[in-house]
Amino acid sequence: MLNYFPEEVLEHVFDFVTSHRDRNAVSLVCKSWYSVERFSREKVFIGNCYAVNPERVIARFPRVRSLTLKGKPHFADFNLVPPDWGGYVYPWIEAMAKHGINLEELRLKRMVVSDESLELLAKSFPNFKSLVLVSCEGFTTDGLAAIASNCRFLRELDLQENEVDDRKGQWLSCFPDSCTSLISLNFACLKGEVNAAALERLVARCPNLRSLRLNHAVPLDTLQKILTQAPQLNDLGTGSFVHDPDSETCGKLKNAMKKCKSIRSLSGFLDVNARCLPAVYPICTNLTSLNLSYAPGIYSNDLIKLICHCKKLERLWVCFFIKLIHYTYFFSGVPLSNQGLNWIMQILDTIGDKGLGAVASTCKELQELRVFPSDLYGVGNAGVTEEGLVAISAGCPKLNSILYFCQQMTNAALITVAKNCPNFIRFRLCTLNPTIPDAVTNLPLDEGFGAIVQSCKGLKRLSVSGLLTDQVFLYIGMYAEQLEMLSIAFAGDSDKGMLYVLNGCKKLKKLEIRDSPFGNVALLADVGKYETMRSLWMSSCEVTFGACKTLAEKMPRLNVEIINEGEEIEASPDDRHRVEKMYLYRTLVGPRRDAPDFVWTL
Amino acid sequence: MLVDLDPSCLPHKFQVQIFKFAPLGRTYDKGLIQCDLPSCVEMTMGNQRNDLPDSEYSGSLKTELTLALPGGGGGAQAPKLRPKRGFPEAVNLNLGTSSEDEASVITQSSSSKTQVVGWPPVRSYRKNIMKSCKFVKVAVDGAPYLRKVDLEIYTGYQQLLAAFEEMFTCLSICDVLNERKIMDSANGTEYVPTYEDKDEDWMLVGDVPWKMFVESCKRLRLMKSSEAIGLASKTMSSKGSNID
Repeated sequence: MLNYFPEEVLEHVFDFVTSHRDRNAVSLVCKSWYSVERFSREKVFIGNCYAVNPERVIARFPRVRSLTLKGKPHFADFNLVPPDWGGYVYPWIEAMAKHGINLEELRLKRMVVSDESLELLAKSFPNFKSLVLVSCEGFTTDGLAAIASNCRFLRELDLQENEVDDRKGQWLSCFPDSCTSLISLNFACLKGEVNAAALERLVARCPNLRSLRLNHAVPLDTLQKILTQAPQLNDLGTGSFVHDPDSETCGKLKNAMKKCKSIRSLSGFLDVNARCLPAVYPICTNLTSLNLSYAPGIYSNDLIKLICHCKKLERLWVCFFIKLIHYTYFFSGVPLSNQGLNWIMQILDTIGDKGLGAVASTCKELQELRVFPSDLYGVGNAGVTEEGLVAISAGCPKLNSILYFCQQMTNAALITVAKNCPNFIRFRLCTLNPTIPDAVTNLPLDEGFGAIVQSCKGLKRLSVSGLLTDQVFLYIGMYAEQLEMLSIAFAGDSDKGMLYVLNGCKKLKKLEIRDSPFGNVALLADVGKYETMRSLWMSSCEVTFGACKTLAEKMPRLNVEIINEGEEIEASPDDRHRVEKMYLYRTLVGPRRDAPDFVWTL
Repeated sequence: MLVDLDPSCLPHKFQVQIFKFAPLGRTYDKGLIQCDLPSCVEMTMGNQRNDLPDSEYSGSLKTELTLALPGGGGGAQAPKLRPKRGFPEAVNLNLGTSSEDEASVITQSSSSKTQVVGWPPVRSYRKNIMKSCKFVKVAVDGAPYLRKVDLEIYTGYQQLLAAFEEMFTCLSICDVLNERKIMDSANGTEYVPTYEDKDEDWMLVGDVPWKMFVESCKRLRLMKSSEAIGLASKTMSSKGSNID
């Protein structure tokens, strides 16, 4: 009967099908649906830019208006992928320009974006409206100037955590006076100054501005003036939050904040005088999202005071800073024994955990929490332990997403957390010592993570850490039925571990493993599995060159890439040679042509 | 945020020695210490009856942890020790004796662990934010202009002095009677490295552990030795009351 529906009706129905997965499913029903769907799809999501090429995407979806692309593997965030590996956006922009695509939106993650790309983008698509760059690199403020100057209908310029070369040109001043369409502007990751007057004028002439995130160089008095002009903001990222708290400026800021009744999301505090923080209390009561994780050295109690005003919080990103160095001198004038210092560190951990206790008793609507490490450089700042996590799980029943860096963990705590919060979709735990055992029993943390996967039936993303044997992977394979992404580091005993996962997790899309004893047996046991996944990363494992070659031969629709760094670039390595870094992914278009010398596609 | 800590507000069973490091002369005076001290630490130091004023927080943060120095003393209860932290397992704190030592509260195992690439898994963007840049002015008496150094890039006093040598090429570091001295090789003038700390006192470089120095140093001055003697008596009566 459905065959008699005219295509226009189908198209109209498909308008309501928005998620890309649903649209992919729709397109597989029959040829007619495939055809209708492909001509009506406006938003295309490509999880791995090398799985397909621009020409094929354009051919299939000629009416595409919004493109999302992801480039480098996730572990590139942690310096495991050498520079110049790839992920260039230029060919995509070039192809779309050539084919006259009416591009309006481009969202990129972990890609290399050159100024040239940005210039081409700005000049090729007259209706371009939205540019979102996350964790990208390769461009400078000159590229941003091109966007600002040429995109007449720009609504969104959102730069998140990118490495941008600041050329000290006046990119923000390049927005013409006729630009009044901005809805969202986020330049928090830029290091250089922007012209304050130009910024104020821009804000004043964009009445639809809802989201504004400033960078470090924007001082507090500019913020105050901006807020006076834009009380309609929903999302604010402060720049520098440093001023004399008793000054008139701070007083004006507090008044301006009071008028911003729509702010639901707050971030920034890229430099902060804690005594100025009370200026934001007026907006805290309605906040649903708070990101304090970029604030260097806000002491925990100031943070806690702020959080205690935020009863409606659904998302919170923090780190807890407690400066150890002063306390060692405060407590005695002679060198502390190891025991003494250990004791102090435990107490300071308590303060971090108490901070989480405050969150647990205040933020009953909390859904997402990220607790970042407070001490990366070993200067002796304390952090949080399993107690904080347990407190959160007890106090925040709606919690479904967590990223938690901690000093230590126990199975008992994880079991309790699993019982308290069965709704986790994302659970990422990172112990600062990657192979630390249960802090009480000294056993591996297998049982704890096992409880998590057993209890959280909707778990889609999991990162494990701490001392872990093959047992934890048995549990993951058995229970994590919805798992799509798994990150493993320094874990497992043998190939069995990896096999449990590959056999058990039917919905697995991305598997990334580092420094774990998984080898050829696991890699080659079920080669067909990898075509059901987006990608597999294995570094510092036990897989050999020969096994990778075998895999590549058996599976022509996978690209098996070996990354060769350092001096030992042999012309043809021995098959028994261990492979340091391997990244494989399914693809429709064969080996990529832009791979650098150190990347070999087998 | 600086809090003047009056030791009389502390519970009697908690023994605390407070020091201010006197500049130049290497003796310690008991006195007022100004340190960045969040008030929640005062709470954790309170006794179980919670005589301290109520917390401003809506949630109760009163802890049952009673603090005392390890090994007891004065009838204090032993602190409720949680299980030993696995990491750091041992802490190496070298203080005091040589000015080159840092207060390395990093553990011995952490120094190898921190060399693991990409662990903990934090994006470089975030890592760079946590890393601070501490640029301070360096003045040398008699030089026509000042320089700036980023203290964060050095790991100890030795490196800093070497940087001075590089920046002010007339200077060299010589060993005179087992002490490192900065000298102008042309005319034999000796320089004393001093710095202004957060309290606006001029201090001799090298007394405190490196990390504490980086924390508190606002500017540096290589002062001619001949002037330094006069300075000692001036700074002894600097602000900051002495409480016995």
